[in-house]
Amino acid sequence: MVFPSHRAFVLGDDIDTDALAPGQYMGGGIEALAAHCLEAVDPDFASSVQPGDIVVAGKNFGMGSSREQAAQALRHLGIGAVVARSFAGIFYRNAINLGLPVFVSAGDTSMLRPGDPVEIDIDGAALVTQTGRIALEPLPDFLLDMIADGGLVPHLEKRFAASASPKETAT
Amino acid sequence: MPQSLAQKIIARASGRSHVAVGDVVTARVDLAMIHDSGGPRRVEPILKRLGVGLHDKDKVVLVSDHYVPGDTEEGAAILQLTRRWAAEKGVTFYDGEGICHVVLPERGHLKPGMFVVGGDSHSPTGGAFGAYMFGIGATEMAGVLATGEIWIKVPETIRIEWSGTLGPRLMAKDMLLAMCGRLGMDGGRYQAIEYAGDTVRGLGMQERMTLSNMAAELGAQAGLIAPDQTTMAWLAEHGATDLPDPAHWQPDIDAVPDELHRFDAETLVPQVAAPHSPANSAPIDAYEPTDIDVAYIGACTGAKYADLKAAAEIIRGRTLAKGVELLVAPSSKRDQDRAADEGIMKVLEDAGAKVLPNACGICAGYGSARLGEDVTCISTTARNFRGRMGAHSSKVYLGSPYTVAASALAGRIVDPRDIGA
Repeated sequence: MVFPSHRAFVLGDDIDTDALAPGQYMGGGIEALAAHCLEAVDPDFASSVQPGDIVVAGKNFGMGSSREQAAQALRHLGIGAVVARSFAGIFYRNAINLGLPVFVSAGDTSMLRPGDPVEIDIDGAALVTQTGRIALEPLPDFLLDMIADGGLVPHLEKRFAASASPKETAT
Repeated sequence: MPQSLAQKIIARASGRSHVAVGDVVTARVDLAMIHDSGGPRRVEPILKRLGVGLHDKDKVVLVSDHYVPGDTEEGAAILQLTRRWAAEKGVTFYDGEGICHVVLPERGHLKPGMFVVGGDSHSPTGGAFGAYMFGIGATEMAGVLATGEIWIKVPETIRIEWSGTLGPRLMAKDMLLAMCGRLGMDGGRYQAIEYAGDTVRGLGMQERMTLSNMAAELGAQAGLIAPDQTTMAWLAEHGATDLPDPAHWQPDIDAVPDELHRFDAETLVPQVAAPHSPANSAPIDAYEPTDIDVAYIGACTGAKYADLKAAAEIIRGRTLAKGVELLVAPSSKRDQDRAADEGIMKVLEDAGAKVLPNACGICAGYGSARLGEDVTCISTTARNFRGRMGAHSSKVYLGSPYTVAASALAGRIVDPRDIGA
Protein backbone atom coordinates (compact mmCIF):
# COMPACT_ATOMS: atom_id res chain seq x y z
CA MET A 1 0.00 0.00 0.00
CA VAL A 2 1.35 3.39 -0.99
CA PHE A 3 0.03 6.61 0.56
CA PRO A 4 0.56 10.05 -0.95
CA SER A 5 2.79 11.84 1.52
CA HIS A 6 5.06 14.05 -0.55
CA ARG A 7 4.28 17.23 -2.45
CA ALA A 8 3.94 17.72 -6.18
CA PHE A 9 5.86 20.52 -7.86
CA VAL A 10 3.87 21.13 -11.01
CA LEU A 11 5.75 22.50 -14.03
CA GLY A 12 4.85 23.07 -17.67
CA ASP A 13 6.25 21.86 -21.00
CA ASP A 14 9.83 22.18 -22.31
CA ILE A 15 11.68 22.71 -19.00
CA ASP A 16 15.24 23.07 -20.31
CA THR A 17 18.64 22.18 -18.90
CA ASP A 18 19.65 25.86 -18.73
CA ALA A 19 16.78 26.36 -16.28
CA LEU A 20 17.74 23.22 -14.31
CA ALA A 21 21.50 23.94 -14.32
CA PRO A 22 22.24 27.54 -15.41
CA GLY A 23 25.49 27.88 -17.41
CA GLN A 24 26.99 30.64 -15.26
CA TYR A 25 26.99 28.43 -12.15
CA MET A 26 28.41 25.38 -13.92
CA GLY A 27 32.00 26.00 -12.84
CA GLY A 28 31.24 25.58 -9.15
CA GLY A 29 30.08 22.61 -7.13
CA ILE A 30 26.68 20.95 -7.22
CA GLU A 31 25.66 22.69 -3.97
CA ALA A 32 25.95 26.16 -5.51
CA LEU A 33 24.40 25.04 -8.76
CA ALA A 34 21.42 23.35 -7.10
CA ALA A 35 20.63 26.58 -5.25
CA HIS A 36 19.82 28.12 -8.66
CA CYS A 37 17.98 25.09 -10.04
CA LEU A 38 14.81 26.17 -11.86
CA GLU A 39 15.07 29.76 -10.64
CA ALA A 40 14.19 30.97 -14.16
CA VAL A 41 10.87 29.14 -13.81
CA ASP A 42 10.18 29.41 -10.07
CA PRO A 43 12.58 31.58 -8.00
CA ASP A 44 11.55 29.76 -4.78
CA PHE A 45 11.97 26.21 -6.09
CA ALA A 46 15.35 25.35 -4.54
CA SER A 47 14.55 26.95 -1.19
CA SER A 48 11.12 25.39 -0.77
CA VAL A 49 11.57 21.86 -2.06
CA GLN A 50 11.58 19.05 0.54
CA PRO A 51 13.27 15.64 0.21
CA GLY A 52 10.96 13.18 -1.51
CA ASP A 53 8.92 15.83 -3.31
CA ILE A 54 7.96 14.90 -6.83
CA VAL A 55 8.26 17.05 -9.93
CA VAL A 56 5.29 16.63 -12.26
CA ALA A 57 5.89 18.24 -15.64
CA GLY A 58 4.61 18.40 -19.18
CA LYS A 59 6.26 17.48 -22.46
CA ASN A 60 9.98 17.30 -23.28
CA PHE A 61 11.31 17.73 -19.73
CA GLY A 62 15.08 18.30 -19.63
CA MET A 63 15.51 19.44 -23.21
CA GLY A 64 18.71 21.16 -24.24
CA SER A 65 22.24 20.34 -23.26
CA SER A 66 23.79 17.05 -22.16
CA ARG A 67 24.91 18.53 -18.82
CA GLU A 68 23.92 15.94 -16.26
CA GLN A 69 24.06 18.52 -13.51
CA ALA A 70 20.48 19.15 -14.63
CA ALA A 71 19.49 15.79 -13.16
CA GLN A 72 22.12 15.96 -10.41
CA ALA A 73 20.75 19.28 -9.11
CA LEU A 74 17.28 17.75 -8.73
CA ARG A 75 18.71 14.74 -6.96
CA HIS A 76 20.84 16.99 -4.74
CA LEU A 77 17.71 18.85 -3.69
CA GLY A 78 16.19 15.51 -2.73
CA ILE A 79 13.59 15.25 -5.48
CA GLY A 80 12.11 11.74 -5.21
CA ALA A 81 11.13 11.38 -8.85
CA VAL A 82 10.23 13.29 -11.97
CA VAL A 83 7.01 12.41 -13.77
CA ALA A 84 6.52 13.98 -17.21
CA ARG A 85 4.44 13.54 -20.35
CA SER A 86 7.75 13.02 -22.17
CA PHE A 87 11.47 13.54 -21.55
CA ALA A 88 14.33 14.77 -23.67
CA GLY A 89 16.44 11.69 -24.36
CA ILE A 90 19.80 12.70 -22.91
CA PHE A 91 18.24 14.01 -19.70
CA TYR A 92 16.29 10.76 -19.36
CA ARG A 93 19.45 8.66 -19.66
CA ASN A 94 21.37 10.97 -17.31
CA ALA A 95 18.65 10.81 -14.66
CA ILE A 96 18.68 7.00 -14.61
CA ASN A 97 22.48 6.97 -14.59
CA LEU A 98 22.41 9.19 -11.50
CA GLY A 99 19.72 7.17 -9.76
CA LEU A 100 16.98 9.80 -10.14
CA PRO A 101 13.74 7.95 -10.92
CA VAL A 102 12.04 9.31 -14.05
CA PHE A 103 8.66 8.16 -15.28
CA VAL A 104 6.64 8.93 -18.39
CA SER A 105 3.03 9.45 -17.39
CA ALA A 106 0.65 7.36 -19.46
CA GLY A 107 -2.37 9.19 -18.00
CA ASP A 108 -3.47 12.79 -17.62
CA THR A 109 -1.71 14.74 -14.84
CA SER A 110 -3.31 18.11 -15.59
CA MET A 111 -5.60 18.00 -12.57
CA LEU A 112 -2.64 18.09 -10.18
CA ARG A 113 -2.06 21.39 -8.38
CA PRO A 114 1.19 22.60 -6.81
CA GLY A 115 1.55 21.13 -3.35
CA ASP A 116 -0.91 18.26 -3.86
CA PRO A 117 0.14 15.13 -1.93
CA VAL A 118 1.53 12.45 -4.26
CA GLU A 119 3.63 9.27 -4.17
CA ILE A 120 5.22 6.92 -6.69
CA ASP A 121 4.23 3.26 -6.63
CA ILE A 122 7.17 1.76 -8.53
CA ASP A 123 5.93 -1.84 -8.49
CA GLY A 124 2.49 -0.79 -9.63
CA ALA A 125 3.85 1.75 -12.12
CA ALA A 126 1.55 4.54 -10.93
CA LEU A 127 1.56 8.05 -9.53
CA VAL A 128 -0.67 7.88 -6.47
CA THR A 129 -2.70 10.99 -5.67
CA GLN A 130 -5.36 11.64 -3.05
CA THR A 131 -8.07 10.99 -5.58
CA GLY A 132 -6.67 8.06 -7.50
CA ARG A 133 -3.83 6.56 -9.51
CA ILE A 134 -2.25 7.87 -12.71
CA ALA A 135 -0.62 5.15 -14.81
CA LEU A 136 3.10 5.45 -15.53
CA GLU A 137 4.93 3.70 -18.35
CA PRO A 138 6.81 0.83 -16.68
CA LEU A 139 10.63 0.87 -16.90
CA PRO A 140 12.54 -2.20 -18.15
CA ASP A 141 13.92 -4.29 -15.29
CA PHE A 142 17.57 -3.54 -15.99
CA LEU A 143 16.91 0.20 -15.65
CA LEU A 144 14.96 -0.33 -12.42
CA ASP A 145 17.94 -2.35 -11.16
CA MET A 146 20.28 0.51 -12.04
CA ILE A 147 18.08 3.03 -10.22
CA ALA A 148 17.79 0.68 -7.24
CA ASP A 149 21.59 0.41 -7.12
CA GLY A 150 21.73 4.22 -6.96
CA GLY A 151 22.71 4.79 -10.58
CA LEU A 152 25.26 3.63 -13.13
CA VAL A 153 28.39 4.07 -11.00
CA PRO A 154 27.29 1.92 -8.05
CA HIS A 155 25.86 -0.51 -10.63
CA LEU A 156 29.26 -0.76 -12.37
CA GLU A 157 31.02 -1.00 -9.00
CA LYS A 158 28.99 -4.13 -8.33
CA ARG A 159 29.85 -5.47 -11.81
CA PHE A 160 33.58 -4.81 -11.52
CA ALA A 161 33.60 -6.27 -7.99
CA ALA A 162 31.79 -9.38 -9.26
CA SER A 163 34.24 -9.85 -12.14
CA ALA A 164 37.23 -9.30 -9.82
CA SER A 165 36.12 -11.64 -7.03
CA PRO A 166 36.60 -15.05 -8.79
CA LYS A 167 40.28 -14.19 -9.31
CA GLU A 168 40.64 -13.39 -5.62
CA THR A 169 39.07 -16.67 -4.58
CA ALA A 170 41.34 -18.55 -7.00
CA THR A 171 44.54 -17.27 -5.39
CA MET B 1 13.97 -7.65 -42.92
CA PRO B 2 14.85 -4.26 -44.48
CA GLN B 3 17.05 -2.13 -42.25
CA SER B 4 17.33 1.62 -41.78
CA LEU B 5 20.80 3.18 -41.69
CA ALA B 6 20.50 3.51 -37.91
CA GLN B 7 19.63 -0.19 -37.61
CA LYS B 8 22.56 -1.23 -39.82
CA ILE B 9 25.07 0.73 -37.74
CA ILE B 10 23.66 -0.44 -34.40
CA ALA B 11 23.49 -4.04 -35.62
CA ARG B 12 27.15 -3.94 -36.63
CA ALA B 13 28.18 -2.28 -33.34
CA SER B 14 26.26 -4.83 -31.29
CA GLY B 15 27.60 -7.81 -33.24
CA ARG B 16 24.29 -8.84 -34.77
CA SER B 17 23.17 -9.41 -38.33
CA HIS B 18 20.15 -7.18 -37.80
CA VAL B 19 18.21 -5.42 -35.06
CA ALA B 20 14.54 -4.47 -34.75
CA VAL B 21 13.16 -1.11 -33.66
CA GLY B 22 12.67 -1.18 -29.89
CA ASP B 23 15.34 -3.83 -29.21
CA VAL B 24 17.59 -2.87 -26.32
CA VAL B 25 21.14 -3.92 -27.15
CA THR B 26 24.64 -3.38 -25.83
CA ALA B 27 26.87 -1.82 -28.47
CA ARG B 28 30.67 -1.49 -28.71
CA VAL B 29 31.64 2.16 -29.02
CA ASP B 30 34.03 2.95 -31.91
CA LEU B 31 34.94 6.39 -30.58
CA ALA B 32 34.18 8.50 -27.50
CA MET B 33 34.48 12.27 -27.77
CA ILE B 34 34.83 14.33 -24.60
CA HIS B 35 35.45 18.00 -23.84
CA ASP B 36 36.87 20.06 -21.00
CA SER B 37 33.54 20.79 -19.32
CA GLY B 38 31.98 17.33 -19.15
CA GLY B 39 35.22 15.38 -19.68
CA PRO B 40 38.22 14.75 -17.40
CA ARG B 41 37.02 16.83 -14.45
CA ARG B 42 33.79 14.84 -14.34
CA VAL B 43 34.80 11.35 -15.53
CA GLU B 44 38.09 10.91 -13.69
CA PRO B 45 36.58 10.86 -10.17
CA ILE B 46 34.21 8.13 -11.38
CA LEU B 47 37.00 6.06 -13.00
CA LYS B 48 38.95 6.38 -9.73
CA ARG B 49 35.95 5.25 -7.72
CA LEU B 50 35.56 2.25 -10.03
CA GLY B 51 39.28 1.60 -9.77
CA VAL B 52 39.74 1.26 -13.52
CA GLY B 53 41.50 3.11 -16.32
CA LEU B 54 40.45 3.70 -19.91
CA HIS B 55 39.13 0.62 -21.67
CA ASP B 56 40.88 1.74 -24.88
CA LYS B 57 42.71 5.06 -24.99
CA ASP B 58 42.89 4.92 -28.79
CA LYS B 59 39.11 5.22 -28.97
CA VAL B 60 38.99 8.50 -27.04
CA VAL B 61 39.36 12.02 -28.44
CA LEU B 62 39.47 14.99 -26.06
CA VAL B 63 38.85 18.60 -27.15
CA SER B 64 39.10 21.74 -25.01
CA ASP B 65 36.42 24.17 -26.14
CA HIS B 66 34.14 25.21 -23.26
CA TYR B 67 36.57 26.98 -20.88
CA VAL B 68 38.90 28.21 -23.64
CA PRO B 69 40.63 30.67 -23.44
CA GLY B 70 40.77 30.11 -19.67
CA ASP B 71 40.60 33.79 -18.79
CA THR B 72 38.98 33.17 -15.43
CA GLU B 73 40.59 31.48 -12.45
CA GLU B 74 38.02 28.72 -12.56
CA GLY B 75 38.36 28.20 -16.33
CA ALA B 76 42.15 28.17 -16.18
CA ALA B 77 42.09 25.52 -13.45
CA ILE B 78 39.69 23.34 -15.45
CA LEU B 79 41.90 23.62 -18.55
CA GLN B 80 44.96 22.76 -16.48
CA LEU B 81 43.27 19.63 -15.15
CA THR B 82 42.18 18.73 -18.71
CA ARG B 83 45.74 19.05 -20.07
CA ARG B 84 47.24 16.97 -17.25
CA TRP B 85 44.68 14.23 -17.76
CA ALA B 86 45.32 14.15 -21.52
CA ALA B 87 49.06 13.76 -20.98
CA GLU B 88 48.63 11.14 -18.28
CA LYS B 89 46.18 9.02 -20.28
CA GLY B 90 47.83 9.49 -23.66
CA VAL B 91 44.61 10.24 -25.51
CA THR B 92 44.36 12.31 -28.70
CA PHE B 93 43.88 15.90 -27.50
CA TYR B 94 43.02 19.05 -29.45
CA ASP B 95 43.67 22.01 -27.17
CA GLY B 96 42.11 25.33 -28.17
CA GLU B 97 41.81 24.19 -31.80
CA GLY B 98 38.07 24.76 -31.93
CA ILE B 99 34.72 23.25 -31.00
CA CYS B 100 34.67 19.46 -30.70
CA HIS B 101 31.87 18.86 -33.24
CA VAL B 102 33.85 20.68 -35.92
CA VAL B 103 37.35 19.55 -34.91
CA LEU B 104 36.56 15.82 -34.96
CA PRO B 105 35.54 15.55 -38.61
CA GLU B 106 38.10 18.10 -39.84
CA ARG B 107 40.81 15.83 -38.38
CA GLY B 108 39.39 12.74 -40.05
CA HIS B 109 38.03 10.99 -36.93
CA LEU B 110 34.51 10.27 -38.22
CA LYS B 111 33.58 7.82 -40.95
CA PRO B 112 30.39 6.24 -42.29
CA GLY B 113 29.14 3.29 -40.26
CA MET B 114 30.87 4.27 -37.02
CA PHE B 115 29.03 4.09 -33.68
CA VAL B 116 30.17 7.13 -31.68
CA VAL B 117 29.21 8.83 -28.41
CA GLY B 118 30.00 12.41 -27.45
CA GLY B 119 29.84 14.13 -24.09
CA ASP B 120 27.84 17.00 -25.55
CA SER B 121 24.29 17.45 -26.78
CA HIS B 122 25.27 18.58 -30.27
CA SER B 123 27.00 15.24 -30.90
CA PRO B 124 24.43 14.34 -33.60
CA THR B 125 26.61 16.57 -35.84
CA GLY B 126 28.61 13.42 -36.64
CA GLY B 127 25.54 12.04 -38.42
CA ALA B 128 26.42 14.26 -41.40
CA PHE B 129 29.23 11.76 -42.09
CA GLY B 130 27.00 8.70 -41.88
CA ALA B 131 28.13 7.89 -38.32
CA TYR B 132 25.58 7.04 -35.61
CA MET B 133 26.68 9.66 -33.10
CA PHE B 134 24.75 10.84 -30.07
CA GLY B 135 25.24 12.83 -26.88
CA ILE B 136 25.51 11.40 -23.38
CA GLY B 137 26.20 12.84 -19.93
CA ALA B 138 29.42 12.56 -17.96
CA THR B 139 28.46 9.62 -15.75
CA GLU B 140 27.40 7.58 -18.74
CA MET B 141 30.60 8.66 -20.51
CA ALA B 142 32.63 7.36 -17.58
CA GLY B 143 30.83 4.05 -18.04
CA VAL B 144 31.78 4.03 -21.74
CA LEU B 145 35.40 4.92 -20.99
CA ALA B 146 35.57 2.11 -18.42
CA THR B 147 33.77 -0.61 -20.38
CA GLY B 148 33.91 0.40 -24.07
CA GLU B 149 30.19 -0.21 -24.42
CA ILE B 150 26.77 1.34 -23.90
CA TRP B 151 23.13 0.23 -24.02
CA ILE B 152 20.88 1.63 -26.69
CA LYS B 153 17.24 1.18 -27.63
CA VAL B 154 17.11 0.76 -31.41
CA PRO B 155 15.35 3.92 -32.60
CA GLU B 156 12.60 4.42 -35.10
CA THR B 157 13.60 6.35 -38.21
CA ILE B 158 11.98 9.69 -38.95
CA ARG B 159 12.84 10.49 -42.55
CA ILE B 160 12.80 14.17 -43.50
CA GLU B 161 12.90 14.66 -47.25
CA TRP B 162 13.76 17.99 -48.82
CA SER B 163 13.22 18.58 -52.52
CA GLY B 164 14.23 21.42 -54.80
CA THR B 165 17.03 23.96 -54.83
CA LEU B 166 17.53 26.54 -52.07
CA GLY B 167 17.11 30.11 -53.28
CA PRO B 168 19.79 32.78 -52.89
CA ARG B 169 20.78 33.76 -49.33
CA LEU B 170 19.25 30.61 -47.89
CA MET B 171 21.17 28.04 -45.90
CA ALA B 172 20.82 24.78 -44.01
CA LYS B 173 20.08 26.90 -40.92
CA ASP B 174 16.87 28.18 -42.54
CA MET B 175 15.89 24.59 -43.38
CA LEU B 176 16.46 23.55 -39.79
CA LEU B 177 14.54 26.45 -38.27
CA ALA B 178 11.63 25.65 -40.63
CA MET B 179 11.73 22.05 -39.38
CA CYS B 180 11.81 23.21 -35.73
CA GLY B 181 8.87 25.49 -36.43
CA ARG B 182 6.79 22.71 -37.95
CA LEU B 183 7.85 19.68 -35.90
CA GLY B 184 8.72 21.34 -32.55
CA MET B 185 11.59 20.59 -30.18
CA ASP B 186 10.17 17.18 -29.34
CA GLY B 187 9.35 16.26 -32.94
CA GLY B 188 12.34 13.91 -33.01
CA ARG B 189 11.05 11.93 -29.98
CA TYR B 190 14.63 10.81 -29.26
CA GLN B 191 14.50 8.62 -32.40
CA ALA B 192 16.85 8.77 -35.40
CA ILE B 193 16.25 11.43 -38.01
CA GLU B 194 17.43 10.65 -41.52
CA TYR B 195 17.74 13.72 -43.75
CA ALA B 196 17.24 12.86 -47.41
CA GLY B 197 16.22 14.24 -50.78
CA ASP B 198 17.94 16.12 -53.59
CA THR B 199 18.24 19.35 -51.56
CA VAL B 200 20.27 17.55 -48.89
CA ARG B 201 22.43 15.76 -51.48
CA GLY B 202 23.15 19.16 -53.03
CA LEU B 203 24.57 20.59 -49.79
CA GLY B 204 28.28 20.73 -48.95
CA MET B 205 29.52 18.89 -45.85
CA GLN B 206 29.54 21.91 -43.52
CA GLU B 207 25.96 22.71 -44.43
CA ARG B 208 25.04 19.07 -43.84
CA MET B 209 26.73 19.36 -40.45
CA THR B 210 24.35 22.21 -39.55
CA LEU B 211 21.38 19.93 -40.32
CA SER B 212 22.75 17.05 -38.26
CA ASN B 213 23.90 19.38 -35.45
CA MET B 214 20.41 20.74 -34.87
CA ALA B 215 18.82 17.29 -34.88
CA ALA B 216 19.41 17.98 -31.18
CA GLU B 217 16.94 20.88 -31.29
CA LEU B 218 14.44 18.60 -33.02
CA GLY B 219 14.75 16.28 -30.02
CA ALA B 220 16.24 13.38 -31.98
CA GLN B 221 18.97 11.06 -30.71
CA ALA B 222 20.81 11.17 -34.04
CA GLY B 223 20.59 13.10 -37.32
CA LEU B 224 21.87 10.87 -40.11
CA ILE B 225 22.71 11.66 -43.71
CA ALA B 226 23.65 8.64 -45.83
CA PRO B 227 27.14 9.03 -47.27
CA ASP B 228 27.66 9.85 -50.96
CA GLN B 229 30.53 11.06 -53.15
CA THR B 230 30.45 14.49 -51.48
CA THR B 231 31.01 12.78 -48.11
CA MET B 232 33.78 10.51 -49.33
CA ALA B 233 35.64 13.29 -51.14
CA TRP B 234 35.51 15.52 -48.05
CA LEU B 235 36.74 12.72 -45.77
CA ALA B 236 39.65 11.91 -48.07
CA GLU B 237 40.62 15.60 -48.12
CA HIS B 238 40.53 15.72 -44.34
CA GLY B 239 42.85 12.83 -43.68
CA ALA B 240 40.37 10.04 -42.95
CA THR B 241 41.90 6.68 -43.84
CA ASP B 242 40.52 3.16 -44.42
CA LEU B 243 37.36 4.63 -45.86
CA PRO B 244 34.46 2.18 -46.19
CA ASP B 245 32.42 1.69 -49.34
CA PRO B 246 29.56 4.22 -48.98
CA ALA B 247 27.22 1.72 -50.69
CA HIS B 248 27.50 -0.36 -47.52
CA TRP B 249 26.04 2.39 -45.34
CA GLN B 250 22.77 3.23 -47.07
CA PRO B 251 19.29 2.48 -45.74
CA ASP B 252 17.80 -0.54 -47.50
CA ILE B 253 15.79 0.62 -50.48
CA ASP B 254 12.67 -1.09 -49.14
CA ALA B 255 13.12 0.14 -45.56
CA VAL B 256 9.98 2.05 -44.66
CA PRO B 257 10.57 4.96 -42.26
CA ASP B 258 8.35 5.06 -39.19
CA GLU B 259 7.52 8.68 -39.97
CA LEU B 260 8.02 10.74 -43.13
CA HIS B 261 8.00 14.53 -43.45
CA ARG B 262 8.40 16.37 -46.73
CA PHE B 263 9.68 19.92 -47.13
CA ASP B 264 10.00 22.08 -50.22
CA ALA B 265 13.25 24.03 -50.59
CA GLU B 266 11.90 26.03 -53.54
CA THR B 267 9.36 27.91 -51.43
CA LEU B 268 11.56 28.32 -48.34
CA VAL B 269 12.26 31.90 -47.21
CA PRO B 270 14.74 32.99 -44.49
CA GLN B 271 13.58 31.82 -41.07
CA VAL B 272 14.04 33.43 -37.66
CA ALA B 273 13.30 31.88 -34.26
CA ALA B 274 11.94 34.30 -31.65
CA PRO B 275 12.89 34.13 -27.96
CA HIS B 276 13.00 31.74 -26.15
CA SER B 277 12.82 28.61 -28.29
CA PRO B 278 14.07 27.40 -31.68
CA ALA B 279 10.53 26.10 -32.16
CA ASN B 280 9.32 29.74 -32.33
CA SER B 281 10.51 29.84 -35.92
CA ALA B 282 8.67 31.72 -38.64
CA PRO B 283 9.41 33.37 -41.98
CA ILE B 284 11.51 36.48 -41.43
CA ASP B 285 8.84 38.98 -42.42
CA ALA B 286 7.05 38.18 -39.17
CA TYR B 287 9.77 40.02 -37.25
CA GLU B 288 10.46 43.31 -38.94
CA PRO B 289 11.07 45.70 -37.38
CA THR B 290 12.92 44.27 -34.37
CA ASP B 291 15.92 46.33 -33.25
CA ILE B 292 19.04 44.46 -32.18
CA ASP B 293 22.06 45.35 -30.03
CA VAL B 294 24.33 42.37 -30.69
CA ALA B 295 24.86 40.11 -33.70
CA TYR B 296 26.61 36.86 -32.79
CA ILE B 297 28.24 34.57 -35.33
CA GLY B 298 29.52 31.64 -33.36
CA ALA B 299 29.27 28.06 -32.12
CA CYS B 300 29.46 24.65 -33.79
CA THR B 301 26.14 25.44 -35.45
CA GLY B 302 26.91 28.77 -37.03
CA ALA B 303 30.56 29.81 -37.41
CA LYS B 304 32.13 27.16 -39.60
CA TYR B 305 34.05 28.25 -42.71
CA ALA B 306 30.87 28.12 -44.83
CA ASP B 307 29.06 30.31 -42.27
CA LEU B 308 31.87 32.89 -42.09
CA LYS B 309 31.94 33.02 -45.88
CA ALA B 310 28.20 33.65 -46.05
CA ALA B 311 28.42 36.45 -43.47
CA ALA B 312 31.30 38.10 -45.34
CA GLU B 313 29.34 37.98 -48.60
CA ILE B 314 26.75 40.27 -46.99
CA ILE B 315 29.15 42.49 -45.03
CA ARG B 316 31.82 43.08 -47.70
CA GLY B 317 32.29 46.82 -48.26
CA ARG B 318 29.57 47.78 -45.78
CA THR B 319 29.56 49.10 -42.23
CA LEU B 320 27.70 48.00 -39.13
CA ALA B 321 24.70 49.93 -37.90
CA LYS B 322 25.59 52.48 -35.24
CA GLY B 323 25.62 50.95 -31.77
CA VAL B 324 25.48 47.36 -32.99
CA GLU B 325 28.16 44.98 -31.78
CA LEU B 326 29.17 42.13 -34.13
CA LEU B 327 30.87 39.23 -32.36
CA VAL B 328 32.50 36.44 -34.37
CA ALA B 329 33.77 33.26 -32.71
CA PRO B 330 34.92 30.96 -35.56
CA SER B 331 34.11 27.30 -34.85
CA SER B 332 37.65 26.08 -35.38
CA LYS B 333 41.16 27.42 -35.83
CA ARG B 334 41.42 25.68 -39.22
CA ASP B 335 38.20 27.25 -40.44
CA GLN B 336 39.36 30.64 -39.17
CA ASP B 337 42.75 30.22 -40.87
CA ARG B 338 41.09 29.29 -44.15
CA ALA B 339 38.73 32.26 -43.84
CA ALA B 340 41.73 34.50 -43.12
CA ASP B 341 43.61 33.18 -46.16
CA GLU B 342 40.66 34.01 -48.36
CA GLY B 343 40.23 37.52 -46.94
CA ILE B 344 36.96 36.63 -45.19
CA MET B 345 38.19 37.47 -41.69
CA LYS B 346 39.48 40.84 -42.94
CA VAL B 347 36.06 41.71 -44.38
CA LEU B 348 34.45 40.98 -41.02
CA GLU B 349 37.12 42.80 -39.00
CA ASP B 350 37.17 45.84 -41.30
CA ALA B 351 33.45 46.19 -40.71
CA GLY B 352 34.13 46.31 -36.96
CA ALA B 353 33.59 42.70 -35.91
CA LYS B 354 35.16 41.65 -32.64
CA VAL B 355 36.79 38.23 -33.10
CA LEU B 356 36.51 35.88 -30.13
CA PRO B 357 38.36 32.60 -29.37
CA ASN B 358 37.62 29.33 -31.24
CA ALA B 359 35.39 28.12 -28.45
CA CYS B 360 31.77 27.57 -27.41
CA GLY B 361 31.77 30.98 -25.72
CA ILE B 362 28.49 32.65 -24.89
CA CYS B 363 26.45 30.13 -26.86
CA ALA B 364 27.04 27.75 -23.96
CA GLY B 365 26.74 30.52 -21.36
CA TYR B 366 30.50 30.76 -20.83
CA GLY B 367 32.93 33.65 -21.15
CA SER B 368 33.03 37.36 -20.55
CA ALA B 369 31.00 38.34 -23.64
CA ARG B 370 27.74 37.12 -22.05
CA LEU B 371 24.75 39.28 -22.95
CA GLY B 372 23.86 42.05 -20.50
CA GLU B 373 20.48 43.09 -19.09
CA ASP B 374 17.80 43.79 -21.71
CA VAL B 375 20.18 43.17 -24.62
CA THR B 376 18.58 41.93 -27.84
CA CYS B 377 20.77 39.63 -29.90
CA ILE B 378 20.42 37.84 -33.21
CA SER B 379 22.59 34.76 -33.36
CA THR B 380 23.70 31.97 -35.71
CA THR B 381 23.70 29.53 -32.79
CA ALA B 382 21.30 26.65 -32.09
CA ARG B 383 19.47 27.63 -28.90
CA ASN B 384 17.80 30.75 -27.57
CA PHE B 385 16.52 29.55 -24.22
CA ARG B 386 15.94 32.27 -21.64
CA GLY B 387 19.17 33.24 -19.89
CA ARG B 388 21.35 30.74 -21.78
CA MET B 389 23.56 33.34 -23.45
CA GLY B 390 23.45 35.96 -20.72
CA ALA B 391 21.13 37.97 -18.48
CA HIS B 392 17.64 36.67 -17.73
CA SER B 393 16.24 39.78 -19.42
CA SER B 394 18.27 39.36 -22.61
CA LYS B 395 16.50 38.19 -25.76
CA VAL B 396 18.00 36.01 -28.47
CA TYR B 397 16.68 35.54 -31.99
CA LEU B 398 18.14 32.78 -34.17
CA GLY B 399 18.87 33.09 -37.87
CA SER B 400 21.28 32.05 -40.60
CA PRO B 401 24.70 33.69 -40.99
CA TYR B 402 23.24 35.66 -43.94
CA THR B 403 20.38 36.93 -41.79
CA VAL B 404 22.57 37.74 -38.78
CA ALA B 405 25.07 39.64 -40.95
CA ALA B 406 22.31 41.58 -42.73
CA SER B 407 20.72 42.44 -39.39
CA ALA B 408 24.08 43.68 -38.05
CA LEU B 409 24.25 46.13 -40.97
CA ALA B 410 20.67 47.34 -40.51
CA GLY B 411 20.54 47.39 -36.71
CA ARG B 412 17.31 45.43 -36.87
CA ILE B 413 16.20 42.04 -38.14
CA VAL B 414 16.10 42.23 -41.93
CA ASP B 415 15.78 39.84 -44.86
CA PRO B 416 19.28 39.18 -46.26
CA ARG B 417 17.80 38.95 -49.76
CA ASP B 418 17.17 42.72 -49.53
CA ILE B 419 20.93 43.43 -49.30
CA GLY B 420 22.40 43.93 -52.79
CA ALA B 421 24.93 41.48 -54.22
